[in-house]
Amino acid sequence: MLILADILSSTVLFAVPLLLVALGGMFSERSGIINIALEGIMIVGALLSCLFLRAMDLSGWGAQHAQLAVFFAILIAGAAGALFSMLLAFASVHLKANQTIGGTALNMLAPAFAIVLTWAIQGQGQTTIAIPKWVRITSALTQDNFFTRFIFKSLYLTTPLAALLLVSAIVILYKTKLGLRLRACGEHPQAADSVGVNVYRMRYIGVCFSGILGGIGGLAFTVAAGSGFQSQVAGYGFLALAVMIFGNWKPLNILGASLFFAFFKILGSYSGSIPFLPDFKNVKSSEYIYLMLPYIVTMIVLVLTSKKSRAPKAEGVPYDKSGR
Amino acid sequence: MENSYRNFFRRRGTISLLGSLLSILAGLLLGFALLLVFNPSHALTGLSNMLFTGLRDISKLGKVLYTAAPLLMTGLSVGFAFKTGLFNIGASGQYTMGSFFALVAGIQFQLPWYVAMLAGMLGGAIWGAIPGIFKAHFNVNEVITAIMFNWIGLFAVNLSLNNMPMMIASYWGAVTKERTAKLTDANPAAILPKLGLDESFGNYMNIGFFIAILSAVVIWIILSKTTFGYELKACGYNRSASLYAGINDKRNIILSMTIAGALSGIGGAIYYLSGTAQFTIVKSLLTMGFNGIPVALLASSNPVATIFSALFVSYIQVGGDMLQPEFAKEIIDIIIAAIIYLSAFALLVQGVIAKVLMNRRKNCAPAAREEDDRC
Repeated sequence: MLILADILSSTVLFAVPLLLVALGGMFSERSGIINIALEGIMIVGALLSCLFLRAMDLSGWGAQHAQLAVFFAILIAGAAGALFSMLLAFASVHLKANQTIGGTALNMLAPAFAIVLTWAIQGQGQTTIAIPKWVRITSALTQDNFFTRFIFKSLYLTTPLAALLLVSAIVILYKTKLGLRLRACGEHPQAADSVGVNVYRMRYIGVCFSGILGGIGGLAFTVAAGSGFQSQVAGYGFLALAVMIFGNWKPLNILGASLFFAFFKILGSYSGSIPFLPDFKNVKSSEYIYLMLPYIVTMIVLVLTSKKSRAPKAEGVPYDKSGR
Repeated sequence: MENSYRNFFRRRGTISLLGSLLSILAGLLLGFALLLVFNPSHALTGLSNMLFTGLRDISKLGKVLYTAAPLLMTGLSVGFAFKTGLFNIGASGQYTMGSFFALVAGIQFQLPWYVAMLAGMLGGAIWGAIPGIFKAHFNVNEVITAIMFNWIGLFAVNLSLNNMPMMIASYWGAVTKERTAKLTDANPAAILPKLGLDESFGNYMNIGFFIAILSAVVIWIILSKTTFGYELKACGYNRSASLYAGINDKRNIILSMTIAGALSGIGGAIYYLSGTAQFTIVKSLLTMGFNGIPVALLASSNPVATIFSALFVSYIQVGGDMLQPEFAKEIIDIIIAAIIYLSAFALLVQGVIAKVLMNRRKNCAPAAREEDDRC
């Protein structure tokens, strides 16, 4: 049972960044902007928040007020992501540029910027920003039973926050005026405009939400990965895009999709300790088989569910007032 | 005189070339500003390293051509897909597969370089066809499939290499187990011919760059001179309309992606059949495929312009290596990213220029108005 708790705990840990970033992508696409820059947004969010955590660690303040420092780091990650995403919003809303091109430029910019800045701050060749130990939430409870193990094996402030953000995302998208307008702009911006909705503003808001969530997701990924910030997020921004499509642009489905993907991702690292999984004794480096698994399974599920897949109609199309 | 001058500026190609040059200039200025911020005392030497290393001696120029060849191929791959309305973010996986197939043909089966090159092309084509098939028949967005298959391809290649002892350098007497065998040890016949070019251009030089240029010309002919290319482009503009016009849209989507994949595959083959590169088994995607995206974007996906954008990117990357140790060489990536981002502004400027010219033309000769050809 304890191993099951371990697996579930790691699954949640890795599902959190996917969930947050995919929700971000959802807001952006629901407003009509394809946000391929999520990867770059994650990197920028993780970069600035990790630099903040490092500074807090050096000053000693962080160790005393651990979770407060993490909370501020999350705010910084969100703000950094939002700022960075404005570059995409400006290019695709005001300049009507191709959204994939703008996003690609930002994806290229972010890791390069992160490396250059890390070098400048930490000195030549020092490309990893270490995550301080106090970031993890620890508990005095024993980890011998299922629940304490599941919860406290690897708990970070980002996890409960992700749950909160998921609920707010659902409320904003479906229960508020803002959400309704946002969705209208992604489906039929001309119609929205004709009833007085400011399409440009809605799209800026959509991208801004994706920046906030993407930035926080970047921090969540970095703490989950555990080896410090190395100017990259291992393609999680792109995976989140897949999770978003897999989740059919709906918050709850996205939650399911990210848990699903994370579970198969984790399965590989525990394959040795689960008795009924094949261990491919005759194959050298069989870990690669398990590394491939989540991608293959996702493809299969995508094929099975593609008939129901429905993207926002106006996504990727710059809005032109005169095109009504 | 004035008329020909105006005709020159009216041509879309000229306008977009001017736009690209302006963004390049702005990007370089930004790069210089970054150098000034991070290390003012070395900024000027840094800038001159960045701009002139490629021309400093002829062996550096050889290196520029050497890295330009695979960049040109992946750039062509991405650009070709763009022209047919698809976004090929899977160039990395196709490039990896191409390299793998080429190396297996060269090392495991001891075949000569041209067969290995064809094998690489085949590997890339297969990996390109997959997103095409998924899009055409299962309605799955090609971007997602390509991202998934980048990783699947990488892991599949690593898995296979680890289970093919003959492929690994240690089998041929080297110490390392993380790399494929050196072609000079394993099969010199699989190395791309150098035609004596290496004597003047240094060790890196081979015919790879010429193969890449030839591919660019072939792609240009396919896209702009054949019915087949026209059909592919038509599908990209409007799938339903081309279906209505009697074009087999599913077949064309698959073919577009297959050709794009084959181009990336050749790129991988060119790079790893050079004899100087060894495939390293790592768990991260090869960046060469992703670098094809900016190369294609800088050239507005035009196959012939891609030759020059690949040369440019390779040129400043070779210069960027000389930035170290005073600066991180990633400053080059920032410059390239800025150039691409700025090309969005350039589009805006182009639009304004075109509008001004259009208005003028309307005033003097309304009959001469022609539609702006947007490819």
